[in-house]
Amino acid sequence: MGEQLLQLLFTGLTLGSIYSIIALTLVTTFNVTGILNLAQGEFVVIGALLAVSLQGTGMPMIAVFIVSVILVAILGGLLERLTINRARGASSLSMLIITIGLSISLRGLALLIWGTDTYSLPAFSKGGSLLMGGAALNPQSIWIFALVAVTLAGLYGFFEHTFWGKVVKASVYNQTGARLQGINLNTISFLAFVAAGGLGAAAGVSIGPITMVTYDMGFMLGVKGFVAAAIGGLSNVGGAVIGGILLGILESFSSGLISSGLKDAISMIILLGVLLFRPQGIIGAIRERKI
Amino acid sequence: MNLKSHKGLILLLLLLIIPLMVESNYLYGTLVIIGLYAIIVQGLGILMGYAGQVSFGHAAFFGLGGYTAAILTTRFHWPTLLALLASAILPGIIAGLIGRQTLKLRELYLALATLSFGILVHIFFNEGGELTGGPSGMSGIPNLSIGSFEFDSDQKFYILVWFILLMLLIGIYNLVHSRTGRALCSIRESEYAAENAGIDCARLKLQAFIFSALLAGLAGGLYAFYVTFISPSPFSFHTSVQFVLMAVIGGLGTFWGPVIGAAVVVALNELLREIVPLLIPGAGGEYQIIIYGVILVGLMIFQPKGLSSIGQFFRLPLKKEPTTEVKNRG
Repeated sequence: MGEQLLQLLFTGLTLGSIYSIIALTLVTTFNVTGILNLAQGEFVVIGALLAVSLQGTGMPMIAVFIVSVILVAILGGLLERLTINRARGASSLSMLIITIGLSISLRGLALLIWGTDTYSLPAFSKGGSLLMGGAALNPQSIWIFALVAVTLAGLYGFFEHTFWGKVVKASVYNQTGARLQGINLNTISFLAFVAAGGLGAAAGVSIGPITMVTYDMGFMLGVKGFVAAAIGGLSNVGGAVIGGILLGILESFSSGLISSGLKDAISMIILLGVLLFRPQGIIGAIRERKI
Repeated sequence: MNLKSHKGLILLLLLLIIPLMVESNYLYGTLVIIGLYAIIVQGLGILMGYAGQVSFGHAAFFGLGGYTAAILTTRFHWPTLLALLASAILPGIIAGLIGRQTLKLRELYLALATLSFGILVHIFFNEGGELTGGPSGMSGIPNLSIGSFEFDSDQKFYILVWFILLMLLIGIYNLVHSRTGRALCSIRESEYAAENAGIDCARLKLQAFIFSALLAGLAGGLYAFYVTFISPSPFSFHTSVQFVLMAVIGGLGTFWGPVIGAAVVVALNELLREIVPLLIPGAGGEYQIIIYGVILVGLMIFQPKGLSSIGQFFRLPLKKEPTTEVKNRG
């Protein structure tokens, strides 16, 4: 029993880390641009599928990872320039619908290029599972944990220690004030989508070896990212990470101990519960709007 | 009702007679679906256009209505009319429970709550076992009947659905021009100002939300009696998104918006299915999806106020009228 619980915990942590990364990108985009990007899950899928194709050409996995991240980052930036930027000044509802439209088109594109097949990616490092306390930890999970850590450290470093990070922070705190200081909000929105694309792809390539990749898995991943972000209070970076991991563990335990058919229902019940009873997010202690 | 709206209604009535002369079951079927969607989008339009809230869970209310009608008639042998009534009321009650908390908060929360509710309900339809019939759904739903009169043909259903829609259009016209309608308009313009004028915004938004859920449930009940078969697939998140699109494409806060939006989206889907394979030989559904998304994005960028703002003829000056009325009184 103890081993089974530990095993479920490992699975939950892995799953939760992925949700965390998606939640992180959602929160960052939301904080910076005020747009809730419903196409985020699609970035994850396209990243993973691109990696599948690149890997087919015989590239080493590290190159596959980098190229895929760069390509989807470019895609994110391109889409921002073509759509979000053109619609500047539109209501948040219009923006939301634009991202829905993008997500529909990207899903169609993925279906066109990669079809309905299920793909898998090779693990980043060779070698069997690590045994810890009777439970097996997939080495790929460690890569995913590392990705979360690097992302968090990167975001922290960027916001706290670089000029551009301070620029972005300033425009989050006070848009008008930032603009008066000569900060170009268009550039910042562009950068947010480039980052969202790149990070999404990184998440996609990392989960590829664990879960299978299909063209239509983006929507549910995006929704799980939302749940994680909402648990953390929607604009809180730390909260998003904790929310994601909490969600992953809850899902893993509920599907392992109760029923796997209810896995998705659990996260929806959590989200609904949070919104109905604790809309400021479960993690109230670290509440202040911090990016 | 003024002359302008008469003009539109008469035009609509004339248009509605054409299918009765063509007598094509395909046309009737498409128009019944457009009519049902338009009923839902009417409610959603009030919620979005006036109360300024967006719901991504209306397919769930639509589905709950359908399943309520299906379960009550096949499992409990309720009279169809009573079941139809219940199919509207149940989603209304559920909307009340969800909206009470979330509508007090800022705009995104209702969207997220309805999103998760929609997915949850869809899972329930799929995993409901005996009660909902699981993924394969349930069949054998009787025809809707009033007394001994049975709505057993496409034509009869077409007339029923569009009659309900017309009544609804007139009702909404009156609603928008009542005190409640002006209060809703004022919420859209500025919630703070509305509160200061003594309007209970949260309550009114809740009422708008419940009303929209009632209409979605009613449409769901009608849908179940129309197809006499129900399964989870038409009630997914994507349908919810389509409803939002219809409302936006038609134009929020406009009188004809919901009808135009429903008609355009349904027609677009049908057209793309027909035309795309002709333009690109050998193309499958994927091109259709891509083009659909691109049209959506393009519309939001170039025509964010919706299609009904293109033709003045279709638009009633709903936005301006209440203010002038208030002015005249002052």
